[in-house]
Amino acid sequence: MSTVAFITARGLFGRRRALLLLPLPLLLIGLAAICRAYDVSPDMWGQAVIVGLGLVVVLPVVALIVGTGVLGSEIDDGTIVHILTKPLARREIILAKYAVAASVTAVVSAVPLFVTGVLAGSVKLGAALAVAAVVGALAYSALFLLFSLVSRRPVLVGLVYILVWEGLLGNFVSGTKNLAIGQYVITIADKIAPTAILESTIGLTTAIVMSAIFTVLGTVAAINRLGSFSLAGETS
Amino acid sequence: MTTQTLPAETPTTTGVVELSTVSRWYGNVVAVNDISMSLHPGVTGLLGPNGAGKTTVLHMMAGFLAPSRGTVTIDGKPTWRNPAVYRDLGLVTERESVHGYLTARQFVTACAKMQKLRDPAGAAQRALELVEMTDAAERRIETFSKGMRQRTRVAAALVHEPRVLLLDEPFNGMDPRQRMHMMELLHRLGDNGHTILFSSHILEEVEQVAGLVQVIVAGRLAASGDYRKIRRLMTNRPHVFAVRSSDDRRLAVSLIAEKSVAGIEIEATGLTVRASDYGSFTRALPRIALDQGIRLRQVVPSDESLESVFSYLLEG
Repeated sequence: MSTVAFITARGLFGRRRALLLLPLPLLLIGLAAICRAYDVSPDMWGQAVIVGLGLVVVLPVVALIVGTGVLGSEIDDGTIVHILTKPLARREIILAKYAVAASVTAVVSAVPLFVTGVLAGSVKLGAALAVAAVVGALAYSALFLLFSLVSRRPVLVGLVYILVWEGLLGNFVSGTKNLAIGQYVITIADKIAPTAILESTIGLTTAIVMSAIFTVLGTVAAINRLGSFSLAGETS
Repeated sequence: MTTQTLPAETPTTTGVVELSTVSRWYGNVVAVNDISMSLHPGVTGLLGPNGAGKTTVLHMMAGFLAPSRGTVTIDGKPTWRNPAVYRDLGLVTERESVHGYLTARQFVTACAKMQKLRDPAGAAQRALELVEMTDAAERRIETFSKGMRQRTRVAAALVHEPRVLLLDEPFNGMDPRQRMHMMELLHRLGDNGHTILFSSHILEEVEQVAGLVQVIVAGRLAASGDYRKIRRLMTNRPHVFAVRSSDDRRLAVSLIAEKSVAGIEIEATGLTVRASDYGSFTRALPRIALDQGIRLRQVVPSDESLESVFSYLLEG
């Protein structure tokens, strides 16, 4: 593991906000387990828990906490300077941080989604949700990493993206569906394991291609922005 | 605003760090205005009042700010968007930010690794020895005092033995002992051939460490060169005193004959005396008062703030 990745991971789990990663996945598994224990038909709760909570809330929020945590926090407290004053290609720094963000998000969201999918239907559904979560983690992480570099308030910008762009506009304006990572995730899961729970609105190819575009463009833009990183002037 | 730069010692050779007609503005605000300077091995002080543009200059040198106009180079290579310069450059920012969850040794070793040094552990050990932090090296940085953190940050900035070390207000918030320690360290590094630039708004700090100074006032280079010459210019400026006595009018008559007095105004509240030489005037005043049998009620130097020293320099 590169030193940048090591420091990033230590910083991520050394902060109290890492604890924020726990409750949502636990809630997801907990709700599914309760429904299963009381023998409620997955048709009744599947969509609400898996889509409404798992894919629409848990995955993007985990990605937001992690994605802004690997870079935004270091910019916030100024420790980023210690990494930037090294003869490292900015690409190397962003890729290390991206690798940490994407893999942590993937694990923290794919594992509970897999468990929930198994509880709601089959191992196949669980696996489909896990794969979709990994794709979502790759795309969201690139986007939120970029937000950390274009705004001083990346968490706020990220929440606006999740709540307004994906949540609100996605339901009313059909065009935004093609530009919402959440829709790609639902589509990919649905195409792998078609059930009544998931309802895809766009084509699989679109979902895969657009996820790749978000991932690559987000990362490239982040590398470019980091190259021009400026420190604020006089503090007094 | 028109300013005159005091006769500076124009360097005959190209400096390690070169600023050439550099300006930086934020919107309509000009933070740095047409500054050229060369830095050579040894310790140089960057002196100026708060808000003069010192940090902006340091950030441009360190590649963390693009000059709006002009060029900033280290060894002839531009610093903006050029991470390769960090092989020869160390930066200690004013903001006290460290990865508190690491121990000093972990932190300095991580910096050595990111510099891609062949022996990171050995380099970290040498840097920690240099700043005398080996005893506390296994403690987490968040448990350190301000001075210890500062020294750890200096060790991290020095671990790759850069030719150039930039420090922004390194003495801020340090107690006198820590301050002395840091000054010794900078001296030692300067003597070893490093090119060191540190910023400060306190004249005495610069006096004790740097032989050469660059004085920045309101974004412009007001003076540059040997500290003693600039100091003399500063001390030879007219000093203004507010004087009240038992007989202001008679005192004024006697004072005007004194060589060190450049001018006197008599006001209802007392005398305003402009002295051309601080030392001779303050010695002459009590003698004259005693000779004349005048009782001095108040002698207050009215322009002793650093800002007035700087503005005097600016008037050139």
